[in-house]
Amino acid sequence: MSLIEITEVRKSYGENEVLKGINLDVEPGEVIAIIGKSGSGKSTLLRCINGLETISKGSISVAGAQLHDDEVHLKALRLKIGMIFQQFNLFPHLTVGGNVMLSQMVVKKTAKPEAEKMARRMLERVGLEQKFDAYPDELSGGQQQRVAIARALAMQPMALLCDEITSALDPELVAEVLAVVRELAAEGMTLLMVTHEMKFARDVCSRVVFMYQGRVHEIGRPEDVFANPQTPELKQFLGLH
Amino acid sequence: MNYQFEFGWLAEYYPQIVKGIGITVELIAVGAVAGISLGIFCAWVRALGPAWLKPIIALYVELIRNTPFLIQIFFIFFGLPSLGPQLSELQAANVAMVVNLGAYSCEIIRAGIQATPKGQFEAGASLAMTRFETFRHVVLVPSLQRIWPALSSQVVIVMLGSAVVSQIAAEDLTFAANFIQSRTFRAFEAYIVSTTVYLALAVLLRQVLAMVGGLIFPRRAVP
Amino acid sequence: MIEFTIWDILRNLLLATRWTIVLSLVSFIGGGIVGLVLLFLRVSKRQWSRSLAKYYIELFQGTPLLMQLFIAFFGLGLFGIDVPAWLAAGLALIFWSAAFLGEIWRGCVEAIAKGQWEAAASLGMGRLQQMRYVILPQAMKIAVPPTVGFSVQVIKGTALTSIIGFVELSKAGTVVTNATFQPFTVYGLVALIYFALCWPLSWSSQILERKLNVAHRNY
Repeated sequence: MSLIEITEVRKSYGENEVLKGINLDVEPGEVIAIIGKSGSGKSTLLRCINGLETISKGSISVAGAQLHDDEVHLKALRLKIGMIFQQFNLFPHLTVGGNVMLSQMVVKKTAKPEAEKMARRMLERVGLEQKFDAYPDELSGGQQQRVAIARALAMQPMALLCDEITSALDPELVAEVLAVVRELAAEGMTLLMVTHEMKFARDVCSRVVFMYQGRVHEIGRPEDVFANPQTPELKQFLGLH
Repeated sequence: MNYQFEFGWLAEYYPQIVKGIGITVELIAVGAVAGISLGIFCAWVRALGPAWLKPIIALYVELIRNTPFLIQIFFIFFGLPSLGPQLSELQAANVAMVVNLGAYSCEIIRAGIQATPKGQFEAGASLAMTRFETFRHVVLVPSLQRIWPALSSQVVIVMLGSAVVSQIAAEDLTFAANFIQSRTFRAFEAYIVSTTVYLALAVLLRQVLAMVGGLIFPRRAVP
Repeated sequence: MIEFTIWDILRNLLLATRWTIVLSLVSFIGGGIVGLVLLFLRVSKRQWSRSLAKYYIELFQGTPLLMQLFIAFFGLGLFGIDVPAWLAAGLALIFWSAAFLGEIWRGCVEAIAKGQWEAAASLGMGRLQQMRYVILPQAMKIAVPPTVGFSVQVIKGTALTSIIGFVELSKAGTVVTNATFQPFTVYGLVALIYFALCWPLSWSSQILERKLNVAHRNY
């Protein structure tokens, strides 16, 4: 059984169908890059996987847990997958440590000392243990994004969804965030990332998904997809980059 | 509860209600036009006017905004005659509405003026307009457009507040309701009916103000 | 005829001011509690609860407070309860304040970026947890200035309760006027007392607002 099973998923906003029947199975430890033009549905797909958008048709399951639109099922699902956002979405009223501890304590009911221990460990993993008591607005964008990764990791998810996590960063800050992701991949974390970093996708990912107009247009190992694109759309997309 | 609702009195007393509606509408029409005009003047003084006038307007605005309308109208109707001529109930009510809305709209409009990009004033000046000409021809209309929703809400609030003028025996809608309840002893029904009318007036007034806004501000974008 | 000094007048008015303050506090706190319930209904995911809160707010914001007082005063009497003026006054003001506070706070909650809800959701928090731990702490900060500002409306609103016979500052003003025949002095003093109660609140609301704007610009 695959870790994430996406079967015939469709998503419409009114008349406008954004996802037109997506099938994708993700094995444990896979690192998958989803590429494509804006509006191709790649972010929507990611947001559907952890229930931020409700799907119109089809099914999504994570480690056997089906996605349903009620709080109990959503919570079960979200405990298994973490998500990192383009805009970091750190909680500005909490310290870095508070950000990483909050959901452990309120969702998992972890006692404070354990939550803090975990938070410090995760912050160390992203190289920010010394920022435990800082507030998000005192950090650079790259540091904020690394805290967001630590926050998601502290919930011990089986997979991470990364939604254009370097797109809001100044160019000189992209590398530090990608370095953290690269390390996660090396440690065997399952990753699904929407990204524009083609070099990173080529170096780190096990598979690349090219989305076009709400469908999976091409899928394969990065060396095949990048070196030998089959469709004119992918050729054009890669050419533009 | 054994209470029997009884609306039969409506047949006999509806002229009172219609008359009351008329007075309430008249009060808010005069109040809105004169009050907003006064507000524009005061906002101009506070934002761009002569320095000596600013503290006087500020005092007026703060006094009105920090005292109840009921006391303002009592002061105008009962208190002021010891200084000058006695106003009729309706005159006093009208004056109170204008004075009240003038102060509130002053602050709202001032916020609109202050949100004007500096470049607009500079552009006016560079075209050899005086400060007042720039205000009148360049700044005023976009400023009003910016705060029209807030101003509209305030006009509705003042219309609902006008219920208080019944307390100096100005014969508005609330006065009619009080009159009817004292004659028929159908207090609950009388107030339910008048409350419903007020609700309808509020909805209508909001629409009228939106329409007026659409007429004064035909263009959408405001800098 | 008895002569009243300014001091006699002022003393009587100030004694009645106590009740204006008590009623204001009760209305504001009670209105805050009901307003919080309205807020939760208003930002709920369920359509019926959002509509319920919306219509409640439109009803109470679209009708005169004076009418609400009359209906509370005469309407509750229909249930065979003899309603004292203070009870009708308190209830009407609580439900009226709640509508305004609920609406003010909804604006503050909606000012929080959608990403905050999503981040909290992605960490497995339920709707109430998202609200309690992530959204409200941020919304409360921006809610302080308009909430303090609204307390001024509550104080001024209590003046209307004099019309159904609750004895507070405005009612005392009328009573003292009838005894002294000095409406100019009496209503002038009444206005000044209201001003002394309201203006510090208005002023601090403005200061808080300004501080908040500065803090936000530094973000």
